[in-house]
Amino acid sequence: MLNNYNGMAQPLWQNGPAPGEFYNFTGGQTVQKLPRELTTAGPYGTKRSTAAITTGSSVLGIRYDGGVMLAADTLVSYGSLARYQNIDRVFKINKNILLGGSGDFADIQSIMRNIDQKMIEDQCYDDNIEMKPKSLASWMTRVLYNRRSRMNPLYIDVVVGGVEQNGTPYLANVDLRGRAYEDFVVATGFARHLAVPLVRENKPKDKEFTAEEASQLIRKCMEVLYYRDTRNSSTYTVGVCTPNGCGVEGPYQVNENWTFAATIKGY
Amino acid sequence: MFRNQYDSDTTVWSPQGRLFQVEYAMEAVKQGTVTVGLKSKDYAVLVALCRASSDVDSIQRKIMSVDAHLGIAISGLTADARQLCHYLRSECMAYRHSYDTEYPVRRFVESLGNKMQATTQSYNRRPYGVGMLVAGYDVKGAHIYQVMPSATVLNCKSMAIGARSQSARTYLERNLGNFENCDMDELICHGIQAIRGSLGTEDQQDLTINAAVVGKDRPFKVLTDSDNQRCLMQAKGMGQPSFIDAFSEKGMSDDDEQGPSGSGVPRDIESDDIGPSESTTGP
Repeated sequence: MLNNYNGMAQPLWQNGPAPGEFYNFTGGQTVQKLPRELTTAGPYGTKRSTAAITTGSSVLGIRYDGGVMLAADTLVSYGSLARYQNIDRVFKINKNILLGGSGDFADIQSIMRNIDQKMIEDQCYDDNIEMKPKSLASWMTRVLYNRRSRMNPLYIDVVVGGVEQNGTPYLANVDLRGRAYEDFVVATGFARHLAVPLVRENKPKDKEFTAEEASQLIRKCMEVLYYRDTRNSSTYTVGVCTPNGCGVEGPYQVNENWTFAATIKGY
Repeated sequence: MFRNQYDSDTTVWSPQGRLFQVEYAMEAVKQGTVTVGLKSKDYAVLVALCRASSDVDSIQRKIMSVDAHLGIAISGLTADARQLCHYLRSECMAYRHSYDTEYPVRRFVESLGNKMQATTQSYNRRPYGVGMLVAGYDVKGAHIYQVMPSATVLNCKSMAIGARSQSARTYLERNLGNFENCDMDELICHGIQAIRGSLGTEDQQDLTINAAVVGKDRPFKVLTDSDNQRCLMQAKGMGQPSFIDAFSEKGMSDDDEQGPSGSGVPRDIESDDIGPSESTTGP
C-alpha cells in the first residue's frame, strides 16, 4: 500500500473530510482572521493614510501634591479650519483616572469606547476593584505599540493622569508609537514645546507643586498656547483628580491680552 | 446504585440531575493527600502533606507558585495540575504585561473556573482531575479559594481537601476564630495540626509537609525544607490536636453519600497506597 503512494496525484476530493478526521462542516471555507488592515485590498493594493483628519491640539498635565490636573482646549480642527469648537478633550474614566486626548479625534473616540467597555467590565465584576491609572497607561502602551507594529497606528497622543491605590498621584504620556513616559509635567503637541519648559522652570526643588501653583501654571500655559498655537482656541476644560474625587471642570476662558503684540517687531 | 448507564460521557445527565463523570473526577481529588489552606488578615498559608510513593522516589511537590502574589496547592492528578499551573502562570504574566499590576485573586479564580467548566460540557473532553486551594494576596487582602473539578469556585476562610480531609476541616472549623490574628508561624502550625487528624494510622514521626506563605509585603514563597522542619517542631510542641482521633466515625466520611465501594466505612489505608508503577494519581 505504502509503495503505491503517489505524492503528485491530485487528492480524490477537496473541501471534504479526510479519512479518520473530524469533518469541518464549514465546507472548507474557514474564516481567516487577518488583521483588518490586510482584508480590504483594492485592485492595485492598498494605500492607507496615516494622516490625522479631525485633530485635537495640545493636552497639558501637571502633577501636584494632592493629585493631578489635565487641561486641554475645546477645539477640534479640520486641517486649518476651526471646525468643532465646543468639544471636551479631557475625559473622566473612573474615579481614579483622567485621560486627555490629542491627535486624530476619531481615534480618540474609538479608544475611548474601548476604555468605557473596560470600565463596564470592571463594574460587572462587582468587586469594587477599579482600574488604576498605571494599569490603564500600561494597557494603552501595549495597544498603541501593537497597532504601530502592524503599520496601522491610532494617531493619538494621550495624557493619562490619576491617583493610585495609596493616594500617590500618577501622570504619564503615551504616544502613537507606544512610547510611555512618566513625569510631574507631561504634554502633547505644541504644549510639549511651549508649556513643559515653562512648568519645569517654575518647579520648586525637591517638592511637589501645590494645587494653587498647578492651577496658576495651567492658566498661564493655556494663555501662551492660545497666543502661539494656531490650532488652539481660547476656551479650555480642566480635569482634576484627587483622592477625594475626580471631575472635569470648565469650560474656562483664557484671559487674553493682546496689547503686547504692538511691541513685537519682526518675528 | 445503578448509575452505570449515565456515567460514560460528561455530557450525559442522570435522571436525578447529576453528572457522574464530574463526580468521579471529584473522587480523584480524594485520592490525593490532604492539603490545608487558611488565612489571617495579612497572610494566606498553604500546608500540604507530602508522601513519597516509595523510599526511593523524591517527594512530590504539592505546592506551586503561580505569581508573586498567588500560589496553589493541589490534590489529585499531578499531570492535570501541571497543565493548569502552566495556564495560570501564563494568565498572570499576560495580565502583568498588559496592566502592570497583579491579577486580582477573585477574577483569577473565576477565569480558572470558566476554563474548567468548559471541560464539563464538552463531548470529547473530561473534567480536570485535580482540586486546588489557591492562596493569594491582593488589594482586597488575603484570600483562600477552593477550586474543584466540577469547576465550583468557593471563597473560603479556611479549607482542606484530599484524603480524609474531613477531620482537617473539623479542626479548622473549631479554630476559625483564632486565625484572624495569628502570625505566619502560628498559622502554619494550625495547618499542621489540622493535617494531623487526617493521617490515619500513619506514624506521625515521619510527617513531611510542604508549606507556603503569601501576604502583605511577602511574595508567595514555598518554604524550604529546614523551615518546614522548624514548623513541624513548633507544632509538635503544641501537642496533639484536641479533638478525637481519626477513627471515630462521627462526621469523618469524606463522601456525601455512600462511597464508590457502597459501604460508607472510612477507607482502608491499603487502598490509598498506590505503587509507583500503577499510579496515575499523584500525591
